[in-house]
Amino acid sequence: MSSRELSTPLVRARREGVAIRLGIENLARRRLSQKVAFGFFWLAGLLVVAALLWIIGYVLVEGLQVLNLEFLTTRPRGGVSGEGGISTTIVTTLYLVLFTLFLATPLGVGAAVYLTEYAADAARRNRLLARLIQVARSGVEILAGVPSIIYGLFGFALFVVAMNRFTGGFSILSASLAGACMVLPVIIRTSEEALLAVPQSYREGSLALGATRWQTIIQVVLPAALPGIVTGLILSVGRIVAETAIFWVTIGGSYRLPTGLRSAGRPMALHVYMLATETRAFDKAMGTAAILILTIVILNLIINLTSRTFSRRMMGRGR
Amino acid sequence: MMNNVKLQVRNFHFFYGDFQALRDITVDIPRHQITSIIGPSGCGKSTFLRAFNRMNDLIPGTRAEGQILMDDQDLYSIDVVELRKRVGMVFQRPNPFPKTIFDNVAYGPRCHGLRDRARLTEIVERSLRQAALWDEVKDSLDKSGLALSGGQQQRLCIARALAVEPEVILMDEPASALDPVATLKIEELLQTLKQRYTIIIVTHNMQQAARASDYTIFFNMAEDRAGCLVEHGPTKEIFTNPKEKMTEDYITGRFG
Repeated sequence: MSSRELSTPLVRARREGVAIRLGIENLARRRLSQKVAFGFFWLAGLLVVAALLWIIGYVLVEGLQVLNLEFLTTRPRGGVSGEGGISTTIVTTLYLVLFTLFLATPLGVGAAVYLTEYAADAARRNRLLARLIQVARSGVEILAGVPSIIYGLFGFALFVVAMNRFTGGFSILSASLAGACMVLPVIIRTSEEALLAVPQSYREGSLALGATRWQTIIQVVLPAALPGIVTGLILSVGRIVAETAIFWVTIGGSYRLPTGLRSAGRPMALHVYMLATETRAFDKAMGTAAILILTIVILNLIINLTSRTFSRRMMGRGR
Repeated sequence: MMNNVKLQVRNFHFFYGDFQALRDITVDIPRHQITSIIGPSGCGKSTFLRAFNRMNDLIPGTRAEGQILMDDQDLYSIDVVELRKRVGMVFQRPNPFPKTIFDNVAYGPRCHGLRDRARLTEIVERSLRQAALWDEVKDSLDKSGLALSGGQQQRLCIARALAVEPEVILMDEPASALDPVATLKIEELLQTLKQRYTIIIVTHNMQQAARASDYTIFFNMAEDRAGCLVEHGPTKEIFTNPKEKMTEDYITGRFG
C-alpha cells in the first residue's frame, strides 16, 4: 500500500519535473561544449586548407607568368641567367617516376604479400626464420623514417661509384635504384595494411573451394587490396616527383635530354632548386614549381579515378 | 561401395593449443541425407564441421587426433586442395568475393583449371539454377555479387560451392544472418540438393533442425568445456523420443 502512495501522480510529476529540469540544464552545457569543439575543428580545418591554398595559389600565380608553350617545349640553356624552358626536366621526371615504380612496386608488394600471407606460417615452423622476419619488419619501420639524403648518399656510394660500370655513374638508373630504396618502405607498409584489411572470410571462401594459397592471393586477396596498394603508389609518386636531395647526388643534374637509362638527367624538383640557388631566374623556378604541382595533382587524379572506378565495379556500388 | 555411410568419424579429438575443443567423437554421417548438428554455443559444433574440410588446419596451434574417413579414405591422406574440392562449405555470413556474379560462381572451376568459356557458362547457369537463384540474376551476371541482398548472397555462395561439384556440402549456420523468408528458401533448397549431395548443417535453430534435417547429432559441453557428442539418430526420434535427459532439456528449450 505504501509503495502505491509513493507513485501517486503528484509525486511522480514532482520527481519527473526535477529530472526534466536537471536534464535541460545539463543539455545546455552539453550543447555548448559540442559547439565549442566543433568550432575548434572547423577552424583547424579552415586554417589547414587556407594555408595549402595560399601556398599553391602563390606558386601558381607567380609561376603562370612565365608559363607558355615555349617554356614547356624548349630545353634549359643553362648559365646564370637560367635561360630556356623545362622540356627535358619533365621528360626526366617521367622516366624517373616510371622506372622507380617499375623497380619498387613488384618488390614492395611482393614483400608485403610475404609478410601478411606467408610469414606467420613460416615463422611457426622455424625459429630462425621467425627472428629474420621480425628483423625485416622492424627494418621496414625504421627505413620508412630515414631522411632521404641518407638514401642519396647510399645510392651515391653503391650505385654511382661502386656499380659505375653497370649503372653508368650518375644516371637515371642509379637515381631510380636509390629512389626505389626510398619508396620501398612506403609501398611495403601501405600494401601490408591494405592486405590486412582484406576480410579473412574472402580467404576462407576461396580456400574452401579448393583454391590453392597462391590462387587465393592472386585472384581474391590482391584485387580486394588494390585500392589500398594504389594509395601507397600515389604516395610514392608524390615523393619521387618532389624529391631533390636524393637525386642531386645520383642523377647528376645534366639538363640534356636523357637518351637511355644510363644517361644523366635533371628532374623538375632538382631544376627548381638549381634555378633558385644558382641562377637569377627565380621566376622560372616558380614556373617549374607550378608545373610540378600541376603534375602531382593530375597524377593523383588519374590514379584516384582509376582505382575508384575499379573498386566500384568490384564492389557493385556503381550501378 | 555404395553403402549408406558417407563419412565415418572414429574417436575424434580436437585441440586448440592446450584447450580440448572436441572429445572422443564417434559417429557416422549418412549419404545423401541432411545431417544437422545442434547444441549450445561453444560446444564445438563449428569446429566439428570444419574438421571435415580441414579448415581448422588454417588456425595456428591446432591438432587433431583420431580418424575421419570419407568413403573409407582417411581425410588426412587426401591432398587438402583435393579434399576441399570434394567437400564444399557455406559459411555463416555470406561471403561472396568482390567479383561479378558470374566470376563468383566460375571461380572454383577456374581454379581447378577449366578455361573453356562455353563450359563455364554452362556450369554457372546450372549451379545458379540448383541454388534457386538463376531467375533472379540471369540478366545481371556481370553485376557484383556484393550488390545482392543477404539471402541472395548466401544462395550465390551455395551456387559457388555447387559449381565445383562436391560430394559433401558443409553449412555453418547458413541462415542465421538471414530473414525468415530467405531462411525458408534456403531450407527448401536443401531438400532438393540432398538427392545429389551429402549435407551437414550446423544450426542454432531447433525448428530448423526439426524441419529440414533427416539425421541429428546433439553436442554438449563437458565440465572442462570440451565438446562431446551426447546423442545422435534420425531427426524424428531425437525430437520426439530422445533417449538422454540432456537432449530433451535442450530441444525443449530448458537450456542452451
